[in-house]
Amino acid sequence: MLKRILLIVSMVLLALILLPLLEGLGEQTHVSSLAEYYLSSGADDLNSPNLVTSVVVTYRGLDTLGEVTVLFAAAAGIMLAFKGLKMDEKEREKTQGPSELLASGASLLFPILFIFGIYIFTHGHLSPGGGFQGGVVIASAALLLLLSGVIPGVSHLMTSLLEALAGASYVAIGLLGLYLAAGFLDPRFLPRGEWSGIFSAGAIPVIYSLVGIKVGSELSAVLNAMISKGGEK
Amino acid sequence: MTQLLYILAFVVMAIGLWGILSRRHLIRMIIGFSILDTGIHILLVAIGYRKGGTAPILDEALSKGEALMNAVDPVPSALVLTAIVIGLAVTALMLSFAVRMVQNNPTMNADEHKELKW
Amino acid sequence: MIYIVAVLGIVIAVSAVFALYTGKILSAIIASGAVSLVASLIYILAGAPDVAMTEASIGSALTTVVFLIAWRRISRIVATSTEKEDKNA
Repeated sequence: MLKRILLIVSMVLLALILLPLLEGLGEQTHVSSLAEYYLSSGADDLNSPNLVTSVVVTYRGLDTLGEVTVLFAAAAGIMLAFKGLKMDEKEREKTQGPSELLASGASLLFPILFIFGIYIFTHGHLSPGGGFQGGVVIASAALLLLLSGVIPGVSHLMTSLLEALAGASYVAIGLLGLYLAAGFLDPRFLPRGEWSGIFSAGAIPVIYSLVGIKVGSELSAVLNAMISKGGEK
Repeated sequence: MTQLLYILAFVVMAIGLWGILSRRHLIRMIIGFSILDTGIHILLVAIGYRKGGTAPILDEALSKGEALMNAVDPVPSALVLTAIVIGLAVTALMLSFAVRMVQNNPTMNADEHKELKW
Repeated sequence: MIYIVAVLGIVIAVSAVFALYTGKILSAIIASGAVSLVASLIYILAGAPDVAMTEASIGSALTTVVFLIAWRRISRIVATSTEKEDKNA
């Protein structure tokens, strides 16, 4: 009974917090002054048509670095939690190998998905998409192979090496921006290129590709840790 | 449209919080967290929306001069982008802790996991 | 457009409530994936295609898969432990 009352009290408190936001709210026609700057001069600053990418990679690049760090911490926590978690002998007997159809279908789809992921993160500055989406598509390609049983597991050495390299180069590119351009993670030390070409917008495609590699290898390692049978040394 | 998005965000957040607090099944509590997440994302997108706004991507349909008048705020979009990825990582972390908890005490009811209760 | 968003919003609310109250956990997980998928449609209409893409690929696809993997492991652990109890009794 006490629990019920506390539950209703907390819902009422949530409503009290949120309802003042609704009061006097009309149709918004203007954006904030910060966004006005991004919309009016962001394209001339960085030569990147997708302004969301400009904000993620450059204007708020430090936030993205922190976000990638949080992702790394969560992945480390998941692997720690699943370490040493063994399946019973009986369960392992139940899991059988893939059928011919599933195996060939999965290995046919894998390269297409992989290339699609790379396409998404190399075109992040031109069209919707970017490192996070591309990385997730690559991780789902790895998941397809894992679930269909074509490969027993993703190599831990490969994923950790790729992830560490991508993370270190991200910070290195940030420092390069500090020395060669205006500030940390400033992409303008590479040539600006022509408008909406693939090699344009300075280092933005490079940084987003590194984010994509990092996210893809991290999430593949997480999925591998969650699926793998464990204790099969 | 803005009001509608705000109301929708509040409803979804309320459903998510209700699920976290009232359900006692571990997986359902985590589903409540992910619904609360979705509500917060809708709220952030609603904050960035403007009347008749289009995506802040410059091309033939949206020239550099028009962007200031027609495009939506790119900052909340960027925030939600990173928030979604963090949401996945945190959900996976919660689920892996749930697996560990069930392994130590094989029941799905959160009330029967008493190790950290007073 | 406002009517489309209203209908999509009702779908989101209904599937969220369904996810919390349905009997089967499997249906609950799929319904929570549907919440994210419909939310990504709303993001497209609200002028945020980047967010919509992220929500569709991460929020609805990968989160659902992670839930399903964890649920498979949990239900196997619970099943084997009840089997053991039956043998001991």
